[in-house]
Amino acid sequence: MGKNKKELLSLVACIALYAVVQSLIMLDVIGPFWELNLILICINVILAVSLNLINGFTGQFSIGHAGFMAVGAYLGAVLTVKLQLPFIVAILGGAAAAGFLGFVIGLPTLRLDGDYLAIATLGLGEIIRITILNIPYVGGASGFMGIPRFSNFTWVFFATVFTVFFIRNFINSTHGRACISIRENQIAAEAMGIDTTKYKVMAFTIGAAFAGVAGTLFSHYFYIAHPASFTFMKSFDILTIVVLGGLGSISGSITAAILLTFVSAALASYPEWRMIIYSLMLIVLMLYRPQGLFGNKEISLKIFGRLMGGNKRGNTQGN
Amino acid sequence: MDFSITQQFLQQLINGISLGSIYALIALGYTMVYGIIKLINFAHGDIYMVGAYVAFFATTTLKLSFFPALIVSMVVAAIVGMTIERLAYRPLRKAPRIAILITAIGVSLLLEYGGMLLVTPQPRTFPALFDSQVYTFGNIVVNSQQVIILAISVVLMVILTFVVQRTKIGKAMRAVSFDTDAARLMGIDVDRVISMTFAIGSALAAAAGMLVGVYYNSIDPLMGIMPGLKAFVAAVLGGIGVIPGAMLGGIIMGVIEAMVSGFISSTFRDAAAFAILIIILLFKPSGLLGKNVREKV
Repeated sequence: MGKNKKELLSLVACIALYAVVQSLIMLDVIGPFWELNLILICINVILAVSLNLINGFTGQFSIGHAGFMAVGAYLGAVLTVKLQLPFIVAILGGAAAAGFLGFVIGLPTLRLDGDYLAIATLGLGEIIRITILNIPYVGGASGFMGIPRFSNFTWVFFATVFTVFFIRNFINSTHGRACISIRENQIAAEAMGIDTTKYKVMAFTIGAAFAGVAGTLFSHYFYIAHPASFTFMKSFDILTIVVLGGLGSISGSITAAILLTFVSAALASYPEWRMIIYSLMLIVLMLYRPQGLFGNKEISLKIFGRLMGGNKRGNTQGN
Repeated sequence: MDFSITQQFLQQLINGISLGSIYALIALGYTMVYGIIKLINFAHGDIYMVGAYVAFFATTTLKLSFFPALIVSMVVAAIVGMTIERLAYRPLRKAPRIAILITAIGVSLLLEYGGMLLVTPQPRTFPALFDSQVYTFGNIVVNSQQVIILAISVVLMVILTFVVQRTKIGKAMRAVSFDTDAARLMGIDVDRVISMTFAIGSALAAAAGMLVGVYYNSIDPLMGIMPGLKAFVAAVLGGIGVIPGAMLGGIIMGVIEAMVSGFISSTFRDAAAFAILIIILLFKPSGLLGKNVREKV
């Protein structure tokens, strides 16, 4: 199978999936509760895949993702509510603002590594949140209210598909390879002539931009952008998804996002248990399966091919 | 006008120093653990919360007075700290740093939300253990809680300095933090030293937790998050791994925070701590009292 043909096939599969789910929503087979969860799954996939680009593929441990999400949520809301611009402009604007902030913040802080980067990004996420909290123009501590519900399954689904395709293709590009080499060994990568700062900042900026997209979609679904939604607890939520799926596995992040969204939906009436389960999961994973569910492997169509048609790989090599 | 600003400045300085001595107590635990196993123990702030709750139950349910309650809370916290190290961190001694960091985040969340489940999320009123007295010097007000906080912090820090500098276990701690492998070769039981470090650090955090309970009269299961992070910032500010640095960093943090909330806005208080952290990390990553060490390839 050629690369383009495979690409086309996955696109067709996505559109088919969309068509099925959307018609189920239209026919009211999927009620409002499950529609909400589908949307949350998609938003979590965007957040987790974009954080995985930074944490899993580039090996820069960032835990301030909620801050970038907040920027997208608020800026998107300002664009649609205060400036009356179309939703697509809000999404792009949210992405651009979060990405720009990621660039500005990343440039100095990515010189740090490991634990220090983690705590610095956590601090930056909080600084973003506290700054927003102090801007009366966007509602201050009571939040930005009266945001129209522009997000629906269509928007969110295609944003998610775009995110996954974009980040997957980025990782398979020259730039992505450079990022992975930094994760494997920064000093060796540098010795091979890779501009490590450039690629770290690049990955950070892209990750932040997609967090901004997720934020815009989030605030335009729940009518409100509230500073309390974007604390470092939210960042830890996203981190849990990434770690559970596997640092460095996009399909892992997607699977974990689906899994954990269902877990929290099931625990909706026992909210105190959700964080306990998340925390135990983090600890037990690190003790017994530190690579997460998928490690850094991906599931792809190849596996289905192998399951159905026996040893396909041998055949293609023979040809 | 000029007089009142000076007076407000002095007042905030005093508030800042008493707050700062609490940060210093917590920061000591961070810095000792980091000095030995290079781990940011995210759960440290939550040990402080555990200490506050143990002290709360010791004074309300067991009707203990201040000093016995302080001892009970320090002992319980030391045991909790050692248990966490034994169950969650020791199996990961050889694992990548990120794995231990994620575990620490997990332990921290577990203590916070487990605490919520056990003691309910509602804040509790910490009983008044002293008759609060207010001393006024000119126009500056100092209350008895502030005096007690400062006195106990200083005493604990003096004891810690004595332990680290003069006793056998302190010597072993310094040896392990200097070179773990060499210390092991010299017959030091490294695991036991690490366990002791967690015990001492956690006991100090518990003392801080109780003092905060006395100072603010209110405790809740999430109270450890912010002071924990700020104490970490204090440890980095002073030079992580350096004990006097943690004390200095704690006091500076407390004073800056009091100044920001007194003269700018109390909502920016938490942002100030993180801003300091980032500035320090960018310009003097080894902290005020730290030595610059190049990472070996």
